[in-house]
Amino acid sequence: MQGDFHVTDRLDLPATEWRRVSPKLVVVELVSWGLTLLIAGAAAIVCFVVFHLWWPGSVATVFAIVALVNVILVPRRVRAIGYQLREDDLLLRRGIMWLRFVAVPYGRMQLVDINRGPVARALGLSELKFVTAAASAGVTIPGLPEAEADDLRDRLVALAETRRAGL
Amino acid sequence: MTDSSARQEPQASVAGAVDGPRPTAARLADGEWHRLHPASPLLRGGIVLIAVLGFVVSNLRERLVEVFLPRYGGGDQGDPVEYVLEHGIILQVLGVIVGVLLLLIAGFYVSWRMHSFRITNEVVEVRSGILFRTNRKARLDRIQGINIVRPFFARLFGASKLEISQAGQDANVQLSYLGTAAADELRREILRLASGSRAAAQPARQAAGQNVIDRRMNEFLAPEHDPGTPPASIVNIHLGRLVGSMLLGNGMIVALVVIAAIVVWISRTGNFFVLVFALPSALGFFSYYARRFTRSLRYSISGTPDGVRVGFGLLSTTSETLPPGRIHSIEVSQSLLWRPFGWWEVRVNRAGHSSTRGADNQANTTLLPVGNLADVSKVLELLLPELVGAESVTMIERGLQSRGGDDGFENSPRRAAWLRPFSWRRNGYLVTPGSFVLRKGAIWRKFIVVPQPRLQSVALSQGPVLRMLRLADIHLHTVTGPIRAHLDAVDQDRALAFFATVADAAVRSQESDTTHRWRSGEATGDSARLDDGTA
Repeated sequence: MQGDFHVTDRLDLPATEWRRVSPKLVVVELVSWGLTLLIAGAAAIVCFVVFHLWWPGSVATVFAIVALVNVILVPRRVRAIGYQLREDDLLLRRGIMWLRFVAVPYGRMQLVDINRGPVARALGLSELKFVTAAASAGVTIPGLPEAEADDLRDRLVALAETRRAGL
Repeated sequence: MTDSSARQEPQASVAGAVDGPRPTAARLADGEWHRLHPASPLLRGGIVLIAVLGFVVSNLRERLVEVFLPRYGGGDQGDPVEYVLEHGIILQVLGVIVGVLLLLIAGFYVSWRMHSFRITNEVVEVRSGILFRTNRKARLDRIQGINIVRPFFARLFGASKLEISQAGQDANVQLSYLGTAAADELRREILRLASGSRAAAQPARQAAGQNVIDRRMNEFLAPEHDPGTPPASIVNIHLGRLVGSMLLGNGMIVALVVIAAIVVWISRTGNFFVLVFALPSALGFFSYYARRFTRSLRYSISGTPDGVRVGFGLLSTTSETLPPGRIHSIEVSQSLLWRPFGWWEVRVNRAGHSSTRGADNQANTTLLPVGNLADVSKVLELLLPELVGAESVTMIERGLQSRGGDDGFENSPRRAAWLRPFSWRRNGYLVTPGSFVLRKGAIWRKFIVVPQPRLQSVALSQGPVLRMLRLADIHLHTVTGPIRAHLDAVDQDRALAFFATVADAAVRSQESDTTHRWRSGEATGDSARLDDGTA
């Protein structure tokens, strides 16, 4: 079994034109990681000053390292998000290390959500969530410009209407 | 949910329009408003009455103690009976009691009068409530199942509960209670209307037996009441097999491990206090098994023109009909100790759930508590009408028992042994007409079938370890349930091809799927058997 391990090119679906999300999503991700880091750091400092505890500091350090690694990976991760409206289904790709492809037929749509966090809203971005009857599908496209997200939502609803299926 | 009909008078006679004349036989499903069994409020409120009675009795306990044991009594000032006797207001108190009783009865009567239902060609509609009116309308083509439950208490009165399952949280339509014959007639009519069949309603047959006692007795003893098609169960679970399967189930393995741990602990420390903790879990364990046992007794499964009918229960019985296309995935699994006996369990994922708990006290998802290979084949053929003929029987056998190799399934490559050291040989998938089939597990064997039109979405994922091995995972998403249709460590290129095939087949099969009106393609008056599911 010596030849079993390979470092290969990334897995990709053949003949797919991925549509990317807005690069501004990087900022949203960075801000959210920065905030977590700030809170963890503040908690550690409070623990040290008020209760004279050392160990929260080490926890915060681990936290900081994880956050830093994530911060470095964020731009690549954002570039890796892609979606495509095929003739009959929506195709979504996410992740670098943990790669994930999902295909959802339009007829399976139960509803479409559009969410905007505070930072994303300031940058004019929306997150689109495609909800099916299955709980675990997790079809979310973050970092869409607001107008594009609204267009996409209307388009998905229209497509679902023409391909209506039961459960 | 409010429309013109909701504002109509609760006169359950001529309200509600019907499109087209209906045969007189379909009395309850004629599109007009009908009421439930007159004893319904009593059957539903029975427990409350008993609780009130218990409360009164416990309040009078002091008084009773004093009557029988005067020495311990003592003049208790707070005793209401004492107070009543001292002030000579017996008549008033009795008046109040009678008044409350009358109010209760009047309340029951009004709530019965106000609770009505109707079934039209498109919807089933229920309205209820005295002060807070509720009107629920459910589309017939979205029915996920019809369940007739006969709790022991209601059975004595010849009443049944009919529940129409719909997808969604707390979305079921309950008609509790109906007369047993009425419930059966109604189920047949609802299924006929929902199926889109243009066949005329069949006349309801009168139950045998002349007087009330005879009829009650017949209803009580008969396991199944549908007089139109008395389906014989295709699987019979012997008592011995049921007991054996429970003794050798997964739960028992856990229990044995725990008992062994306790014995070792006691013999090494000489401390018995650990038994204090073991006792409650032992009680829970036994009650779980007792419930599972009684719920699996008199189990039956059979095919009707309108889907699969599953019945079980000894004292309280349940008979559930699942129309075609309402089963979202099927899993056949075998616990380790069942293997020498060749026993299997069949479970399903469904969109709607009856509120009646199943054998494992969860929403009822077990379609076959225990059965051998032949039983499983029969049940799968019933659930998946496309799987017929010798070829599919071989496929099922291989899916269940094969150790792997070149047997029609696309199995994992040898390098998957890094992740699946025992099962890589049989860890595989197959696309059959109408279904996706996964098989996995060498020790705890599993065989999963997802009907193509029921697939919600498909995902392919790959983590760093899988990437190094050029493998990938495949997930077939269906509605929530006990089954996760998931296959890991598939060859990367094959997984990509499978992903594309599944995505395409899911779309195609949905376009041609007609199971929401499963008999709509059928000729008038024809009563074809269950092979018309996805024709």
